[in-house]
Parts: sequence; C-alpha cells; structure tokens
Amino acid sequence: MPNITFNLNGKPQSVDVNPETPLLWVLRDTLGLTGTKFGCGMAICGACTVHINGTPMRACSIQIAGLQGKNVTTIEGLSPNSLHPVQQAWIERDVPQCGYCQSGQIMTVAALLTKTPKPSDADIDEVMRFNICRCGTYQDIRAAIHRAAELQTAGGAR
Amino acid sequence: MTATASRRGFLKTTAAALVVGFCWPDSKELAAQTVASTMPAKVNAWIRIGADDSVTLMIHKSEMGQGTVTSLSQLLAEELECDWKKVRTEFPGLDPAFGLQGVFGSQSIRTGWTPLRTAGAQARDMLVRAAAQRWNIDKSLCRVSNGVISNSANNAKLTFGQVAEAASKLTPPASVALKNPSQFTLIGKPIKRLDTHDKVTGRTQFGIDVRVPNMVYAAVARCPVFGGKVASFDATKAKAIPGVKSTVQISNGIAVIADNTWAAFAGAKALDIKWDEGANAAFSTESNRAAFAEQTKQPGASARKQGDGAAALGTVAKKIDALYEAPFLAHAPMEPLNCVAHVTSDKCEVWASTQMQTGIGQVARQLTGFSPDKIAVHTTYMGGGFGRRAGTDFAAEAIEVAKAIGIPVKVTWSRENDIQNGIYRPASVTRFAAGLDADGWPTVFTANIACPPMGGFPGGRGGIDSTSVEGLADLHYTIPHTQVDYHAVTGGVPTTYWRAVGYTQNTFFAESFMDELATAGGKDPVELRRKLLAGTPRLLGVLNLAAEKAGWGTPLPAGRFRGVAVVNNVGSYTAQVAEVSVTAGKLKVHRVVCATDCGQVVNPAIVDQQIRSAIIFGLSAAMKGEITIEKGRIQQANFNSYDVVRMDEAPVVDVHIVPSTEAPGGMGEAGVPCIAPAVANAIFAATGKRIRRLPIANQLA
Repeated sequence: MPNITFNLNGKPQSVDVNPETPLLWVLRDTLGLTGTKFGCGMAICGACTVHINGTPMRACSIQIAGLQGKNVTTIEGLSPNSLHPVQQAWIERDVPQCGYCQSGQIMTVAALLTKTPKPSDADIDEVMRFNICRCGTYQDIRAAIHRAAELQTAGGAR
Repeated sequence: MTATASRRGFLKTTAAALVVGFCWPDSKELAAQTVASTMPAKVNAWIRIGADDSVTLMIHKSEMGQGTVTSLSQLLAEELECDWKKVRTEFPGLDPAFGLQGVFGSQSIRTGWTPLRTAGAQARDMLVRAAAQRWNIDKSLCRVSNGVISNSANNAKLTFGQVAEAASKLTPPASVALKNPSQFTLIGKPIKRLDTHDKVTGRTQFGIDVRVPNMVYAAVARCPVFGGKVASFDATKAKAIPGVKSTVQISNGIAVIADNTWAAFAGAKALDIKWDEGANAAFSTESNRAAFAEQTKQPGASARKQGDGAAALGTVAKKIDALYEAPFLAHAPMEPLNCVAHVTSDKCEVWASTQMQTGIGQVARQLTGFSPDKIAVHTTYMGGGFGRRAGTDFAAEAIEVAKAIGIPVKVTWSRENDIQNGIYRPASVTRFAAGLDADGWPTVFTANIACPPMGGFPGGRGGIDSTSVEGLADLHYTIPHTQVDYHAVTGGVPTTYWRAVGYTQNTFFAESFMDELATAGGKDPVELRRKLLAGTPRLLGVLNLAAEKAGWGTPLPAGRFRGVAVVNNVGSYTAQVAEVSVTAGKLKVHRVVCATDCGQVVNPAIVDQQIRSAIIFGLSAAMKGEITIEKGRIQQANFNSYDVVRMDEAPVVDVHIVPSTEAPGGMGEAGVPCIAPAVANAIFAATGKRIRRLPIANQLA
C-alpha cells in the first residue's frame, strides 16, 4: 500500500494503511490520537469534527487517500497550550458534562469563529444544529460561544 | 518542559493499567508538580495522600456527565479539610470496601452522603493524631485547614503529606463528628468540575479510547431479530478485507477480528450469515401496541388500591376515559458501546466505560470461572450512559471474544449496533378512567398499566414490577378512590432502565391525564394540582415556585402557551412549566422553568446542569424518540432515523433550587419526567389537541 503523507497538527505525518480507511480510524487506531471521537460513522453527529485546510470536516467520512498534502488539525493540535479562546470559554463556563461530543463541538466552533467572529444566535443555530450532544449542554455551548467570541476579539490568551 | 509534555511523558512511562481512569484536576496546576517518587499513603479506601501533599480521591462510582468525580470529591474533601487545589481523582478497581460499585437510580450522592463525609472525617482524625503524636501533644490542640495541621500551642505546622505515612498505620476512629451544614465550605458551593480541562483538550480517556499493548479490534455481527442464533456463516468476503485477521463465533453472533476498528466494522458487514431467527421473527410493535391496549381492559395485579374505584365510577357526576401510549426507546449515548478485555490462563482484565463495575466483575467470574483476585475491572470515563451502561451484555461479549483469541481485544459497537441490537426502555400502555364530583373535583382515579418489566425480569412481589408502576402507584394527589393495576406483559424486545425509568412513561401519562381532569372540571391546571397536593408540602412548594417564576396566569407573547407538570422521583421534588408555540403544525418549545427541591445541594452548578440535561434528554424522547419493529427488525438505525433534539430546538431552561437542609435527593433523573407532560399540556393549551401517544413527532401537522 502506498504511503499517504499529510500535515497533522503542524507536523508531517506518513501512514501506510488501506487508502479507503476513514481519517477518523487512522487518527484513533493507527496514530493513537483518541481526542477525535466516533459517534455515528455517517457524518451526522459531529463528534469526529476536525479541520482540513481550516474547514471543519467529519473525519468518519473522509478517506485517508484524499488527504495527501492536506493540513489536518485535531483537538490535540487546536492550540499549542490548550488555551484556544474556545477552550478557555468552555473551561470558564464548565460546558462539558460527559464530554464525549465536546472535541467535535469545540472544533466546529473554532472554525465558525474564524469565519464569523461575532456570531448571532441564528448563526450559531445554523452551524451547531449538526453537532449532537446527548447530555444537552446546548445552552452552555451557546453562552460559551458568545464568550469565546469576546475572548477572541480581545486577543484571547493564545 | 510544558505541563502538557510532562503529563504525556508520565503517561507514556506508566503501565497501561494505571493510566486507565486517571484524571488530573487541571494541567495548569500540574506544571509545578512532579510525580511523587514514593507511592502515596493509603489513609483509607477512598483517600491516598502523597509525600508531596497530593490528595488522590477514589471515585468508587463512575462518571457519565452527572458530576460524580466532582461532587463525591466535595463530600470527601469537606470533612478531610485538604487543599482542594491538590485534589486528583482516580477510579479504583473492584474492592469490597466500597460496597456496590455502579451508578444508577440517581443514587451516588444519596448513598455517598454519609459514608464519604465519614471517610473524610476519619482520615482527618488519623492525620491529626499522627501530627499530635509527632508533637507529643493532645490532638485537641491541633487545628486543620487546607491540608495543614497547626499546633495551637506553638504554631508549628505539619502538612498532610508529612504525616500521611504515619497516619495510614493508625486505627480509624470508631466514630467521628460530622460538620453542621453551616460549617460547609465545599458542600453547597458551585465548585468547578475537576474534569473539564481534560474534556476540552481531548485528553479524557473514555472506554473507547483505551489502548493496551498487542490489542486487536473487533466488531460483532448480531442477529437482527432478538433471540436469534447463527445457523451457518461464510467469512470469505469478510476475510478479503485488508486488515481483517479472523472470525470467531460467539453466543451472540460472529466477531470479526481486525487490526483497526473500521476494518472490523467492514468485515462484520461483509459476513454472509444465515440466521435462525427464532420466536421473534414476526414481532411488530404495531401489533404489540394493540395487544397491550387489549390487556389493559382486564383487571391486573393491584399496585395501589384505596377506596373502591370501580364502584365509585358508577356514582360520579362526570366520567373521563383515556388511553395513553409510550414507545420503545434506545438510550443512544454519544459514545457507542465498547469494551476492552484480556483473558489469559490465570487472569481476566476488563476496561470499560460502565455504570456497573460490580456487575462486570460478576459476569467475568461466571464466564471465566476465576476467583475475584484474578479479575480486574478498570473503570473509564463514560461518554453518556442513561441506563444502557448499567447492562453488562457488552462486557460479557468482549470477555467471550477475548477468551477465544487469548490476546487483548477492543469490541466496538457501531451506532447501528447500538440502536438495533440493544436493550430498550419498554413500550407501555395505560388506560385511565376517572370521575369528577358535581363541583368538578376528581373523586376517582383509576389506571391500568401494561408494561414489560423494566429489568427484563418477570413481575416481582405480587406480580408488581415496582419500576413499571412508579409515577402512577406513588402519585401524591389526594383523591378518595385511587386504584392502579399492572400487567407484566412481554414483548419480543429486551428491556431495561432508561434515565428516570418508569417515570418516563407514567409521569407523562399521569400529568397529562390530570390536565384532562382539570379541563373536564373547568379548573386551572395549577389550581387543581394545588388543591390535591395540599398534603405534600415539598411538591406543593415546587409547584408554587415554578408557577411564580414562569408567571403562570400572566399574559404571554402572542401564540405562546404554558403547560405544567410535577413529579416526586429519586428523592427529589420537581415542577416544570413549559412555554410553547405551534405554528403551521410545527412545535417550538421556547422556555422551560424548573423548580426543584432536592434537599441539601452538594453542587448547585451541577444540579443546574443536570436539570438542563434531563430536560433536553426527555424532550428528545417526547418530540422524536421511537423504536419501531417490523418482522422482528428494528426500523431505526442511526441518528438520521433516531433523531434527537438539536441546538436550534433546545429551549432556554431556567432552574430554581429550593434551599433545604433535608437529606440530599437524587438529581441525574429528577428533571426527565416532567418535560413531556409539561410540553403536551402546553400543546393542548395552544391547539386543543391532546397528545396521548409519544412521540409527538408529526401529530400536530
């Protein structure tokens, strides 16, 4: 099988796997980066959201073969010190309950705030309704998104 | 070296068994810490103190988002008087010292309230005695604060870490005095969760994240019909998939062993299996409903009888009849089921996100024949549980596969497996007949329930499964003739607990029907409940508080309507007022006001979160949740066909907690039961349509 090389959290990464394998399972099983979660396997719950060239994508439904030369960012690489404004807001608000969906929520929000630095509630609904949380942390997520937007505008703590 | 790097370095050099279940309070705090070179001293089963003053608390329950890691630590630390910033937690292995290790029935705080504070106080006493011995003074001269013991005679100081080793050798005190609530510094405070930092950085280790050396990955193809067995199978196509290593037949189906999860899933799908579908091959939920409804026409086992309902119905001024129905439900926690197991000739080791460690230990004993000392159960964080992880089926299956292959294996369920091969909240039907007097007040209330027993066992005492009748048999309304009958019906579906259990159906039935009685008698729904709950002050209290905070009786924006419901479950009292609109057949729940009296609160921020969580969970089921079966096969498969409430559908929830020093009530399930009836009652106010069957789905179209 041919090696596939891509950038993972800022560093070059080569893998020698079945090219049809979804990125999610390469991250989790081959590379041991387990922060990206499996929830549905068909890109409808958002638990596996990562950034590919800066765009939020569902790692469960992207074959590794298509990632040659691309930049992949996972929750582990979101910020060098774990204090991205979104993570900081999540900590301030104590958003997570079980926490399982939160990597995907945070990656989705981080991308949203890059594109829309001051999202309205309607902007938030439009994007976030595709990320499921079974603990129902939605109200805290919404408050934390507004807070993260403030932190980001203020320069954050990066 | 950064905090992150040092922690990772530590994890890499630590045995996998130790890593599982480790939780660090905050990596920022860890920057200044180094790992102690000596083992921390075990002061008692719950408390370890290192020479570096680190305090490691054993969380003998498990954490699925309900906050046990933080709230149980508060109970221990309150009496221990340690430095909260130095607290770390760990999930211990099985140990009889902890009693039953598992989380269900919203019991962690209730059962931990006295033992954990006592354990903290005992440990403090031992630490103080060790210091007093060192100083050769009476222990009454010692003062304790923040993990430091002071000698009040000369102001000398010793830290917990300096005396922990000596303290661990002392005999625990026979009795200890516990603080009065007025002395609490941690209990009752909105302390931040200890596990948030790891959860926002992807570091928390859930069961599905466990990796042990030489581990392989497995997926299982199970019969699409409950109770079915493998007749024959051909694995040729499965084995042709890159990464697939082998297949193993187990009691429940065929396991595909692979070098990654995705190959195992693909292999399980590619298996060509002929099933002996068994007795449930023709089962359908539609005919099941009809059978349950028919059953409720007959008298059942008596779950409650007060007065003579049947006779009294003949004399009432007005009679009201209704038939209510609830469907089967899946739990669908975000983390699909999974379990890692390793069985050798003399040891069985299991890693699981579980609500039932003790049960997994028992299953491991049954399946391996090993004595308890040869069995290790490692608890991890759970990505949700909701009752599903109180089952041990998924662990039993992994142990069976591990026994067959002799090396460590992680069995992962696909979402489709989770929805289709699970254990379910039972469907049920309740037939009501009630009567009003000439003034419109209820004098007769009869309910006839048909519901498969929740635990999947045949009826308990007197043919009554207590969980199937809760929410009806224990109603607090004062009605002279109150009668509840129960039929332990069976269906072709394995059933189990689901967050809030019997109350999830029965409170919907009861509180919706009470609204029907209010309407029939020309009463306001809150007024009716106030009159009938006069004898239950705590329930009356939350009803009044919720009504006041929601502005019951005051005008709402055009198109919005309110509905109310109350419940007393898991030792807590809860009332909710839902505010909804129905526009062109589309329901929107705008706001929910919830008042709860859960006795002494340990962490109000977590109570707040649990209520909001429970409301979203209950609303998902009320609006959308339904498992249907045709020809023995579940028709739903993933979140596209078993949808849940999303961000744009989530109401704003206002929580109001009644201050109390009563013994703590449960919280994880307290907020679930009221939301379905509160919303259904608001829908009736908005449209005049009475929802008597869940889910609401497209009934308003």
